[in-house]
Amino acid sequence: MPIEPAIVVQNLSRHFGTFKAVDNLSFAVKRGEIFGFLGPNGAGKSTTIRMLNGLLLPTSGAGRVGGFDIIKENDRIKEHIGYMSQRFSLYEDLTVSENLDFFGGVYGLSTERLRERTTEVLRLVGLENRRHDLTRTLPLGLKQRLALASAIIHEPSILFLDEATSGVDPISRRNFWDLIYAMAAAGVTILVTTHYMEEAEFCDRLVLIYQGRVVAQGAPRELKREVQETILAVHPDDLDGALHLLKGLPQVVEAAVFGDGLHVAVTDPAAAERGIEEILSAHDIALRRRPEPVRPSLEDAFIALVQRAGK
Amino acid sequence: MNQRRAWAVFRKELIHIRRDPISLAQVILLPVMLMLLYGYALTFDIKHVTLAVYDQEQSQLSRELVKRFQSNEYFQFIGYTKSYEELRDLITFRKVQAGLVIPYDFSWQYQSGKTAGVQALVDGTDSNTANIVLGYVQGVTTPYSEQLLMQRLRTKGPAKQESPVNVQIRFWFNESLESRNYIVPGLIAVIMTVVGALLTALTVVRELERGSLEGLLATPLKKTELLLGKLGPYFFIGMFDMFLVMALGKILFEVPLRGSGLLLIGLSAIFLIATLGQGLLISVQAENQLQAFQMAMLSTFLPAFLLSGFVFSIYLMPLPLQIVSYIVPARYVVTISKGIYLKGVGLQVLWPSALMLGASALFFVGLAIRKFEKKIR
Repeated sequence: MPIEPAIVVQNLSRHFGTFKAVDNLSFAVKRGEIFGFLGPNGAGKSTTIRMLNGLLLPTSGAGRVGGFDIIKENDRIKEHIGYMSQRFSLYEDLTVSENLDFFGGVYGLSTERLRERTTEVLRLVGLENRRHDLTRTLPLGLKQRLALASAIIHEPSILFLDEATSGVDPISRRNFWDLIYAMAAAGVTILVTTHYMEEAEFCDRLVLIYQGRVVAQGAPRELKREVQETILAVHPDDLDGALHLLKGLPQVVEAAVFGDGLHVAVTDPAAAERGIEEILSAHDIALRRRPEPVRPSLEDAFIALVQRAGK
Repeated sequence: MNQRRAWAVFRKELIHIRRDPISLAQVILLPVMLMLLYGYALTFDIKHVTLAVYDQEQSQLSRELVKRFQSNEYFQFIGYTKSYEELRDLITFRKVQAGLVIPYDFSWQYQSGKTAGVQALVDGTDSNTANIVLGYVQGVTTPYSEQLLMQRLRTKGPAKQESPVNVQIRFWFNESLESRNYIVPGLIAVIMTVVGALLTALTVVRELERGSLEGLLATPLKKTELLLGKLGPYFFIGMFDMFLVMALGKILFEVPLRGSGLLLIGLSAIFLIATLGQGLLISVQAENQLQAFQMAMLSTFLPAFLLSGFVFSIYLMPLPLQIVSYIVPARYVVTISKGIYLKGVGLQVLWPSALMLGASALFFVGLAIRKFEKKIR
């Protein structure tokens, strides 16, 4: 007997008048998985999360979160999930423990249990010796950890992280992901929405959303394999000038700035290399290195997949 | 409805209040400051003071006196009463503003060369108005008295004459015409408006501004629990302020509480709920704290101060403002408060005001909740 997935969504749609924010979404999230929801702003990520949280009713379609129906049992869902958004939802003029007390009370924890859990989560996120500090005084990275602690105070089996790392420095972000891994290892299902491509790499599986529709689903590895073109890394002296020229080449499918060079997607690497070198030398743009194929990044994959979907 | 969740919100709100010393100071200092700031000398031109007369004698002399009042443009003669009780009731129920009692031996006193006294009864709950009415009454009786004096001099010669007619004035309900006696009851309304509407509007808007509401919605917290927890502390603060005003009124100013304190507390609590509703409504409509403040000042505080009968008598306002005052809830609680404090009356007299108060509470709270729900979507 197969184990029921933690989250399952079938043909989920949400319209606002004529605007289709979410259009016929279907996917499933296994228990204990770190599932990524990737897409640009306005793609429909937040709307989907709201439907899964029981905050918004779908226009059509169905879904189950933690075994509860998102339409009929959305009250029950709220008791078993944790939610953390980029706004953190913390009260600045409350202390660390007062914030946790509040959320614990809201989730119905008994005084006894709340005391235990507060100690546990503070230890988990490393804030034990800041218990009585005003939240206002915490640096952003610590606030983020406190927000996470508040979201898991009631030991939810499913955690929604909605752009939860926006605006946080890379080191704090790394520490945050360590916490997420720890929780996933303990069996918590985690759904992450992000528009940072490198965070998507941390997920077990991904779903790519664009204009409300699923563009692709799968593990990051698999999605990168979807890229059929070869990606050449090109390092010209004049980035802007080269970009403009290369985009016009027939062998080039797509070109974009990547780091200190360009990533150029081509169908025929050998022919493309020749074409690139010709046109650049014709315009007096030197190459610091020879163009070489690189493994496609998730960003490359995303762009390619979106383009393909657009056709 | 889960009490534990509502209680969690309530407790958090108390922490917010505690950590905001400015709001806290306002809430405690304001009643005290307003109490000490009394002393409004206000005059409006008072015309057509309604007058009823209990003429025990019904002689030519008494009718002459009454005719003087009837022909005076400052008075509006309503009619004669058949008893003292009837006259008293007319004043109590505010059917007339002043009454005149002419004793049965009025003419006899005059004929025998003594001073004939009449009694003028004036509703003293607004001591400013009462003073003015006093002036008007004397404005009628003094010339009449002088005229009679002239007549007597002509007929009887310049012997020692007593002033023929003299008016003994009693101010009912507020004998000493202490302005503080009518400031204190009305103050309760103003204070509650500040706490209930102004403070509430500011704090709920702050929460909405902050965007922390989004996180709350993903929790099992229900809307009713959120509202109860958020508004609860302000209800208790408002009631505390009310007790503070009542206590200070008794201790500092010896304002007498003649009616039922329990009734006053009960009806004031209903008024407080109405103002909380107004505060919530404002916080849903306003986009930020500044707007909330302005809206609260304009729609609750100023009307409570100016149009409720707190200091300025409604009956003396121009008609358009009188009409507007009907939709100011503070007006009803001021009537009730003064009635219980100074007149010692109960629900038999105050039931229309109590009814309007209840209706306004239901209206504002109901409307506010509906708008709040819509905003959350």
